[in-house]
Amino acid sequence: MSIDNHTHPPYMKIFGILAVMMLAKVLVGISDLPKGLSIGLLILISFSSALLVALYYMHLRFETKKLWLLAFIPFPLVAILILTVIQEW
Amino acid sequence: MTSQAAAVELPGRRPETGVEGVYTLKLGMWIFLLSEVMFFTSLIGTYVILRFAHPEHFAEPGEVLSIELTAINTFVLICSSVTMVKAFASLQHGDQAGLKKWLLATIILGTTFVGVQVYEYIHLIEEGFVPMTELYRAEGGPLYGSTFYLMTGFHGTHVTIGVLALIFVLTKAMRGEYTPQSLGGVEIVGLYWHFVDLVWIVLFTIVYLI
Repeated sequence: MSIDNHTHPPYMKIFGILAVMMLAKVLVGISDLPKGLSIGLLILISFSSALLVALYYMHLRFETKKLWLLAFIPFPLVAILILTVIQEW
Repeated sequence: MTSQAAAVELPGRRPETGVEGVYTLKLGMWIFLLSEVMFFTSLIGTYVILRFAHPEHFAEPGEVLSIELTAINTFVLICSSVTMVKAFASLQHGDQAGLKKWLLATIILGTTFVGVQVYEYIHLIEEGFVPMTELYRAEGGPLYGSTFYLMTGFHGTHVTIGVLALIFVLTKAMRGEYTPQSLGGVEIVGLYWHFVDLVWIVLFTIVYLI
């Protein structure tokens, strides 16, 4: 990890953002918003939270380009998996 | 000696040179985590397909599962990610006391998460929500109960394994085996722990809120 060549990310600030995002998710989840809008918002908030964890807590933000490439390998595979499974719908 | 060989000869350590600057153990953990992405995607993907194909066999959010309790538990897991990253940062600064303190906090929070999940399971089973529940049985099998317990059960198992790994790391930290020059074990367990947190962020949304 090349994190030690950088100043530490603001861990507590990121924690605050994650906590607020979690609260927002719960509020959207229990709200009377239209189902489609609610699902869209929930997915957006969830993936933003997950991205924050990966970038700053797993320090992916400070990793080498090759590790970045490695980290993104599953995503095309995930897309293929979803497309395959969706045929069963 | 090549940098690759150096990485092999120093298991658990963080050589400055490694495979593209990533030492062997860490590369191995990343590859393992990527396989875990596929594993959880298959579980979540199956759930989503079944859920939208047979909506009548799944309960609405909050109807069967407690959103409040699980939201608190999610917060506990997010807190444990902060304590884990603080443990790693302490070690980087050579703060051994901080390392032990934050590792212990992570273990306590992780154990709390598992404890709350067990409590939730007991409560749900008492209410009759079991994997083979007739209440949510679609043509072909009981969908809601089986998918719920499969996904959350696998995640809970991952958290439990993480707690055990953290206890092992804490034991080594108590013996002073980690230094700013040799912090591989803490970093590797940290990566696993954050990944488990990341998966739960998505699972909580899919299972409890949608």
